[in-house]
Amino acid sequence: MWVLRLILRNTARHKLRTLLTILGLALAIVAFQVIQTTLQTWNAQLEASSPRRLITRHAVSYTFSLPLAYYDKISRLPGISKVGYANWFGGIYNNDPKNFFAQFPMGPEHILDIYPELIIPQEQKEQYLADKSACIAGQKLVDRFGWKIGDVIRLTSQIYPGQWDFVLKAIYKGRDPAVDENGMYFHWDYFDDKVRQISEGWAGNVGWYIVEINDPKDAAMVSAEIDALFKNSPQQTLTETEKAFSAGFIAGFDTIIAGMKIISFLIIGVILLVLANNMIMGARERVNEFALLKTLGFRPFHIFGLLFGESFAIAIIGGIVGVILSYFAISFMAIALAAFFSSIFIAAKTIIYSILLAMLVGLLASLLPIYRTIKTSIVDGLRNIG
Amino acid sequence: MSEPMVKINAVSKVYHRDSIQIPVLQNINLTIEEGDFLALMGPSGSGKTTLLNLIAGLDRPSAGDVIVAGENISSLSEGGLAEWRSRHVGFIFQFYNLIPVLTAYENVELPLLLTKLSKKERHEHVELALKVVGLEDRMKHFPRQLSGGQEQRVAIARALVTDPSIILADEPTGDLDKISAEEILVLLSRLNSEFKKTIIMVTHDPRAAERAHTRRYLDKGELA
Repeated sequence: MWVLRLILRNTARHKLRTLLTILGLALAIVAFQVIQTTLQTWNAQLEASSPRRLITRHAVSYTFSLPLAYYDKISRLPGISKVGYANWFGGIYNNDPKNFFAQFPMGPEHILDIYPELIIPQEQKEQYLADKSACIAGQKLVDRFGWKIGDVIRLTSQIYPGQWDFVLKAIYKGRDPAVDENGMYFHWDYFDDKVRQISEGWAGNVGWYIVEINDPKDAAMVSAEIDALFKNSPQQTLTETEKAFSAGFIAGFDTIIAGMKIISFLIIGVILLVLANNMIMGARERVNEFALLKTLGFRPFHIFGLLFGESFAIAIIGGIVGVILSYFAISFMAIALAAFFSSIFIAAKTIIYSILLAMLVGLLASLLPIYRTIKTSIVDGLRNIG
Repeated sequence: MSEPMVKINAVSKVYHRDSIQIPVLQNINLTIEEGDFLALMGPSGSGKTTLLNLIAGLDRPSAGDVIVAGENISSLSEGGLAEWRSRHVGFIFQFYNLIPVLTAYENVELPLLLTKLSKKERHEHVELALKVVGLEDRMKHFPRQLSGGQEQRVAIARALVTDPSIILADEPTGDLDKISAEEILVLLSRLNSEFKKTIIMVTHDPRAAERAHTRRYLDKGELA
């Protein structure tokens, strides 16, 4: 009890210094949590991929398209239940680059069945299928722009010239929080007809095929069979699981992700040095007090308890304040990045890691001052007086 | 005849600073009887505080034996020495050495935290010690709220509270004005006469030394 009392009194001895150290630690925890949450959100989107879906794209790059004629050939292969296709549209809403979100022309009609995680009311689904210029939008996207069923949504594509009007006929919700509700889908036939009007040569091409297989265990075999079909074609294919395909997109950010991971731990390292410096200064200022305690018969484990307790108290308070501030920071981030991430939230494991890291920082920061204080002889310690 | 409280046999102390050897005490022999009040005098650098530290078990001699309260403390381990100090020695320093974040009561209670006394028993001991030094009404004051003389009286109460065999005071009046210094010396005399405490006091001040029963002089590490 007395140890706790002395720890708390010592912690509050230099209020401003302690406050600034706690604040520094809290901000480091906020930075760590924001970075970890961003990485975790990316990973969650990958994990949301269905193991039954394969993506067949051009073997060279997903920026090259494939002929629509591959559809029948792929559909005839054994082990495949459904095949669909899609393109990247690259449009912006109201001709404002800030209004960017993902849009895909998708076909044929049964493609919606390949995505059971998109929950669409049956009535809206039927209205979508009945109207060639119809589109489906995610709930978050609809909320973002205040759309309602029946609204005409005008897009300007960065790839396909002209203005494109779509009628909002259906709104989907995600089956679980990891499903992106910021997407927009429309009929591939409508898209292809308009593309044909722009340039005959552009029509009849798809960006990639979405292949639903009967058994996820057959993924490697079916992928090999699809790619074998077009081995001697001018446009060879590369088929992989949807997860691998999405990971390929993210792989483009590999260096950034690695950099973010390094930065998140560097931040913790910096704050470790700040807290260690704070503790070293505190211990040096009190070298005579520790000498007095040793004179009175207090043992090295008492000194350890006092210094470790002080460092630990500062670290744990900083950690808790950091976790609380992170909640607000990530709530703000979720709003600001709603167009890019379906669902941003701090995972329980990120909070636990943060608190554990704060505790570790508290322990490590106290080691050097503890060692020095215990090593300082009583006579040398008392000599510091006056 | 009872055993002396302190017996120092052929004690020498040499400090090592880098590669230089600094002899501080040379072949000291000293006997202090139980209940004595001894003033250790001498010029700066003569080895007074070093000798006091050896008697207190804060430092170890380079040669010779230091026997205090019947125990050869030169042979004790670090842990044994710490435990021995907590039971047998009360310390008074020139600059009081109170913990600034603890109240007068909590400062006096510090040595008792290492004992098996209950909270109630500790309270009784602390109250009595503060009463002896006349500060029972300043229990809840922090050191910064006390005068220099009062701080030193709290330090004396802390030295007294465990009822030690011997009280060691290193320049206890060195940082005090004349009136406060006199109060402290009166208090030390009372501890010696009324409570029969053996006191060894290092001092420069001849008037302080007059309070002692015995005066010994150190010069260049040797007892005169």
